[in-house]
Amino acid sequence: MNSSIFISFVFHAVLIIVTALSLPFLSKKPLNIPPIVSVELIQIAEKTNIPFAPKAKKIIEKVKEKEKLVSEQAPPKKVKKTKTKTVVSPDQKNNKIESQTPEAIPLPDKTVKKVLTKEENKQNPEKVDKEVKQVSEFEKKDLFDPNNIAALIDKSKEESAKVVKKNNNITQDQERNIDNTGLTLSEEDALKAQIFGCWSIPLGLPYNENLLVRIKLKLKPDGSVTKTEILDHARMNKPGQGFYKVLAESALRAVKLCQPLRVPTTGYERWKELQLNFDAREMLEG
Amino acid sequence: MIKKIITLFLILIPINSFALIEVDITRGNLDPLPVAVSPLSIDEKSRKSFNKMLNKDNIGEEISNIVENNLRTSGLFNPLNKEAFLQAPDIANLKPRFEDWNLIKAQALITGKVSHVDKKLRVEFRLWDVLAAKEMMALAFTTVPNNWRRVGHIISDKIYERLTGEKGYFDTRIIYVAEEGPKTQRIKKLAIMDQDGFNNKFLTLGNELVLTPRFNPTSQMVTYLSYFKNLPRVYLLDIETGTQEVVGDFPGMTFAPRFSPDGKKIIMSLAKDGKSDIYTMDLENRIVEKITNHPSIDTSPSYSPDGKYVTFNSDRSGYQQIYIMKSDGSDVKRISFGNGLYGTPVWSPRGDLIAFTKLHKGKFYIGVMRTDGKGERLLTENYYQEAPSWSPNGRVLIFYRETKTNDKGEGFTAKLWSIDLTGYNERQIKTPTDASDPSWSSLLSN
Repeated sequence: MNSSIFISFVFHAVLIIVTALSLPFLSKKPLNIPPIVSVELIQIAEKTNIPFAPKAKKIIEKVKEKEKLVSEQAPPKKVKKTKTKTVVSPDQKNNKIESQTPEAIPLPDKTVKKVLTKEENKQNPEKVDKEVKQVSEFEKKDLFDPNNIAALIDKSKEESAKVVKKNNNITQDQERNIDNTGLTLSEEDALKAQIFGCWSIPLGLPYNENLLVRIKLKLKPDGSVTKTEILDHARMNKPGQGFYKVLAESALRAVKLCQPLRVPTTGYERWKELQLNFDAREMLEG
Repeated sequence: MIKKIITLFLILIPINSFALIEVDITRGNLDPLPVAVSPLSIDEKSRKSFNKMLNKDNIGEEISNIVENNLRTSGLFNPLNKEAFLQAPDIANLKPRFEDWNLIKAQALITGKVSHVDKKLRVEFRLWDVLAAKEMMALAFTTVPNNWRRVGHIISDKIYERLTGEKGYFDTRIIYVAEEGPKTQRIKKLAIMDQDGFNNKFLTLGNELVLTPRFNPTSQMVTYLSYFKNLPRVYLLDIETGTQEVVGDFPGMTFAPRFSPDGKKIIMSLAKDGKSDIYTMDLENRIVEKITNHPSIDTSPSYSPDGKYVTFNSDRSGYQQIYIMKSDGSDVKRISFGNGLYGTPVWSPRGDLIAFTKLHKGKFYIGVMRTDGKGERLLTENYYQEAPSWSPNGRVLIFYRETKTNDKGEGFTAKLWSIDLTGYNERQIKTPTDASDPSWSSLLSN
């Protein structure tokens, strides 16, 4: 008796795990979404991603991975400060980037892509716009059809009044969902974009060393930081770790400079503690 | 068993919902760090006595100007305009009002005090982290008043090191060939100056042609080439004492002598029988050793900082390219494969890069590549420029650049320029005469 329950249990567990791990990949392949399109999605609203987040988390990570590859040689500048929403012509932008990113010498043929990725981040924090809420759209339809995205966005604008109403009635289920998924992509990107702008990367750092500074933050609901803790604090004062110390200090300065952090307006419980991983390698390698 | 598994499940499920959210910050801004260099405060009595001694109205301001200028030329810092400072220098040095400095967007603040103690100049300075509202460093120096410029450079080095994690390069000197007269009859003298162009001094009279001065990486010693009765000779010059000695006469042409990293050997190329090979000479016993043996022209050798390898240029492939080999001459490997001719390779003191001059389609470039030849980056392009030399921290290159003469043979100039590894921070270093063949010293204060 016991053994059959056990076997049944194991099989069920295996099924659950397999489902949890593989289901996202069984859905339509969204991997071909061009990075620029995915970012258009990200920036729209703070709750945009909630309904599909658990399922699509991995997919999104892959897309992000792709984005990273694209922008690897493209250290963007002053993410926070450049607030213009007007699209600057690629040529102009190129000049700007080249003259402002000292450490990297970008290859000319990659600069256009660079501009695209830059635009994405730039717009994120600014565009957390109340009228453009897509929540309901994602609930209704399969999200990852790149061809329909433009249509979705337009539609959502038209239906904004209705959508807002819906948002106010977030069900308990949805809230639990929030708790389980951490920050949504748009929330995370808003926060990232803000810190990108505050962080002055120490340019003298060697690009080939493993320099990753992890900082744990305790936050107030308004986004101000009550406590910062460097997780590898012991490494700071070890001899020969001068670069690490410099990087850690620059990261702390970035957090201080960025206060109050651009945190979501809801779900304080899930982000009252945050961990920021500062890694400058991508920028320094150029 | 079942209970255990269920308990395990119960334990695992909540972990998921309380996992700490991680956000990866992989980008930032690459603007120079905004710093505020508050003038060093000085009491009235000290100010007057230094004014008498050094003929400088306010030595505190002068020193802070040196620091400010050094930080700015590094390209990594952006010293803010002093007119925007709200707090007086003397009060700022005691306890800065960080809100005031925050207001002008300073991230670091430098304050200090100068005083006259026992006929000496005493300078103390503090580096503050404005955002963290805490002191990062505090140091004091006492020296003879005439050394005030060096104090400014040493302070700059300390700040640079504290804020970037790598050693500075401000308390250093540059030796170069000062040139005067028409192009066909140039008078060439050996000259030395501080890295910012001040304290220029001529070391030779200009009777004989001097070429390729090179600093010893460990001391204030220079090796250079000079002609004596039309024969090239390698000389050693001690800059502190001024003593000069002939290392040796070499048959045929000698080129580009350079020290080994420990300062005990000189490596150079000698031309004999229509070919040119690389030789070393032990400075203690004067034994000369042949390192390369190839019918081609091998020149411009430069040691890696650990002394295990040598980079040089050779035309053994048909065109002049850069090679590296073990310091005993074995394992010769070509590392440059781009279009054009490559020459004057110099190994970075950090060991990670090799700087070179490249000639391609009639233009001269100064560039760097990794020691395996990958990652070639051209930093600057011009009509004629060559002979890069590294700053002791391996972040900046100094080289010289000549301008084109017009039809009448006028308008020719040769000037020293520096550029950092980013390729954006290019500056001319002012010299009283035309200048070529610069070599950067190691840090004086080490």
